[in-house]
Amino acid sequence: MGALLLVACNDAGDEEASTTTAPPADRTLSGGAATVHVDGAGAFEQPVPGLEGEDRRAFAVGNNFFNDNWVTAPASTEGRDGLGPTFNAQSCSSCHFRDGRAQPPEGPDDPERGLLLRLSVLDAAGDVVPHPVYGDQLQDRAIEGVPVEGAIRIEHTEVTGEYADGTPWSLLEPSYSIVDAAFGPIGDDVLISPRIAPFVFGVGLLEGIPADDITARADPDDANGDGISGRANMTIDPRTGDDALGRFGWKAQMATVEAQGASAFLGDIGITTPLSGPENCPPAQVDCMAAPSGGDPEIDELKLDRVTFYTRTLAVPARRAVGETDTDRGEVLFADLGCAGCHVPEATTGPADVPALDRQRITPYTDLLLHDMGEGLADGRPDGLATGSEWRTPPLWGIGLVETVSGHTRYMHDGRARDLEEAVLWHGGEAEAARRDYIDLSADDRQALLAFLGSL
Amino acid sequence: MTAQRRPRRLLGGALIVALLLGVAAGCGDDGGDADDASDTTEASEEMSADVDPALEEAVATTYADLVFDSYDDAVSGAVDMQTAIDTFVAAPTDESLDAARQAWLDARDLYGPTEAFRFYDGPIDNPDDGPEGQINAWPMDEAYVDYVVDDPEAGIINDVEGYPEITADVLVSANEEGGETNISTGWHAIEFLLWGQDQSEDGPGDRPVTDYTDSPTAERRATYLQELTTLLISDLESVRDEWDPESGAYREDFLSDPHEAISKMMRGIGALSSGELAGERIAVAWETKDQEDEHSCFSDNTDADVRNNAAGIELVYLAGGAEDSLSALVASVSPELDQQIRDQLDETTAIIETYDAPFDQMILGDDEAPGRVALIDTVESLQAQGDLIALAATELGHEISLAI
Repeated sequence: MGALLLVACNDAGDEEASTTTAPPADRTLSGGAATVHVDGAGAFEQPVPGLEGEDRRAFAVGNNFFNDNWVTAPASTEGRDGLGPTFNAQSCSSCHFRDGRAQPPEGPDDPERGLLLRLSVLDAAGDVVPHPVYGDQLQDRAIEGVPVEGAIRIEHTEVTGEYADGTPWSLLEPSYSIVDAAFGPIGDDVLISPRIAPFVFGVGLLEGIPADDITARADPDDANGDGISGRANMTIDPRTGDDALGRFGWKAQMATVEAQGASAFLGDIGITTPLSGPENCPPAQVDCMAAPSGGDPEIDELKLDRVTFYTRTLAVPARRAVGETDTDRGEVLFADLGCAGCHVPEATTGPADVPALDRQRITPYTDLLLHDMGEGLADGRPDGLATGSEWRTPPLWGIGLVETVSGHTRYMHDGRARDLEEAVLWHGGEAEAARRDYIDLSADDRQALLAFLGSL
Repeated sequence: MTAQRRPRRLLGGALIVALLLGVAAGCGDDGGDADDASDTTEASEEMSADVDPALEEAVATTYADLVFDSYDDAVSGAVDMQTAIDTFVAAPTDESLDAARQAWLDARDLYGPTEAFRFYDGPIDNPDDGPEGQINAWPMDEAYVDYVVDDPEAGIINDVEGYPEITADVLVSANEEGGETNISTGWHAIEFLLWGQDQSEDGPGDRPVTDYTDSPTAERRATYLQELTTLLISDLESVRDEWDPESGAYREDFLSDPHEAISKMMRGIGALSSGELAGERIAVAWETKDQEDEHSCFSDNTDADVRNNAAGIELVYLAGGAEDSLSALVASVSPELDQQIRDQLDETTAIIETYDAPFDQMILGDDEAPGRVALIDTVESLQAQGDLIALAATELGHEISLAI
């Protein structure tokens, strides 16, 4: 028993020792005051600490409209009808299960619905416009009596390589096509952008980072010669009609949490909002056009406000294993390899109405800017100012808990990476140098880097 | 939520207890401050060291028995309902329809308390194959099932070409075709086929009996109703059987780790109290004032749903008066906290007893209207109850989340 006691005490002692040489103990607090210490299946679905009274109720109401299914109109539940006519999912939570990340479907019969395809074509003037018959997104489900637009087919090609130490690796490169197209061939000139549903928490904090802090990092012409450009996507805030910095979505094409939510309601569930246009029914889809509406709009201001509040106030899970040797060594490697050039660790939020979001020092590991990620990841479909090979740096906080919450380890914009190691290997373009340096690492160092990522 | 890390269970049980005592006594200066992240693991385990493992096991066993009995009652209620529905279908009259509706209401009273056994990925609602979505899905996709106002041809029942035969298998696969497996089956689908849409300002739905006699799809509607009932019973039985004292696979697993079992029990009632009942079922309708934004909107039975859920929470906490109750376990570490929880349960019950109108009437009016006051009081009492349950869980060495 004495030996056991000693071991226990030594462990505690080590932790104390390491925290004196590194930044303060609140390295676990990735979301500042909006952090929760929950590391189980519920890690992504917690409210920020300190919600009381009306705010607590608003969170509950938003949670409900995030989770519950929308139903076909007309229905007795007038506040919840208007699904589709075509749609990808019946609720936010069908894709963001427990507010987490989705994975791509295994095959045509897999009910998993967290992957969608954005569609575009080039018009006569060379501008990127929605597909004239299928719109700007493939809706692969529909209400009774309305044709489904089509289905997603995914084929894979194996890509292999090896680390400097000779250890082989293998990646699966997906390619996408549309089958069972209901309104005639979609055409070879269609531009397809696959997108997986990301985890939701922390967006209230990302929204609070002052726009100037983000654009200050932009270096569109790589004036500093570090191989990393970083461009801001500019868009319009549909609430104000003003130009605004894009922060959300895989291409930073959305300015605010509210705009992102409203866009997903319309595009993914077929629910019209006070901020969006009419249903996704291109003229050729006559049954879609003729289907009953659930109201105008189908989700009203109050409910959209509550869902927005809910997503803004989902807490960030605390880091684990901070201070452990591997983890801390991985953190140093992360900076040394240049990963932190885009996955910028720190940010500070501005004033906010919710105390837990108000002026917080956070570690989201993102610069919220667009970067050219190379041919391997390119979708070839421009989105706003984002080119077909640019993607927004996604935040990394919480990625180590994806498996616990969502039951899988699929990463990147379409879930192609089967674990964090593959995710690193998929990086190219501006991240090519960092990837090459990663390949040159020893197995121990590679493991340390992954241990660090797993602690986020 | 308090900042508690899940205790790590890497070593054998007895060894852990000894080791934890050592940490607490030898190195601990943590003082049990739940907000201090760096110390929470030791803090929570220090407290759990006071919990009597034999009592935990007895409490978990009592609970498992109670869960089985409750689901068995729910099955019996559903079987009685089936008898009434079969009688109705064989000879549809206003009287036999009323009898079927009454049997649904009675069966709901038996199912309602079992919702306290959700929210920990047990047999009822584990994300892989738990049938909760098929049993109790809400909101019900009416127009996917049958005609609705403004759309007389809607639904599977009227889609003879698309669904030439109506069987339980067809219903299940039709659901999957549309998305989740939860849009057209379960209690509320049966409710819809018995009552119909609630178009009245102050009463329940009033589906005419002629839907089952004179309608061109009368027979298909009757078949759908019977198949739904059969499916509901088999789903309820499958959950009950997992808890069977003789052969229940989940029960065996559940009782193999009584400490973890306690955590699940508390998560179940905490999440039902604060998240599901206070939040989803009351606060949402209170805020939106959507008259049919209530669980049993066709039958106007939502106030009973609230009462039955609250009764389920109390049933779990007090174990129906049994000696080895969660209450006794909480009292073993903090008699004061146990008393606080009992008081809060009483307060919730007392508030619910004041309800004097259908739920869809109570939500209307300004915030001083008696119904709205009673409902917001219920929300606050249920949230306080959830917070106290989470606090008690912490005292017993668990981290539970109230989120749903």
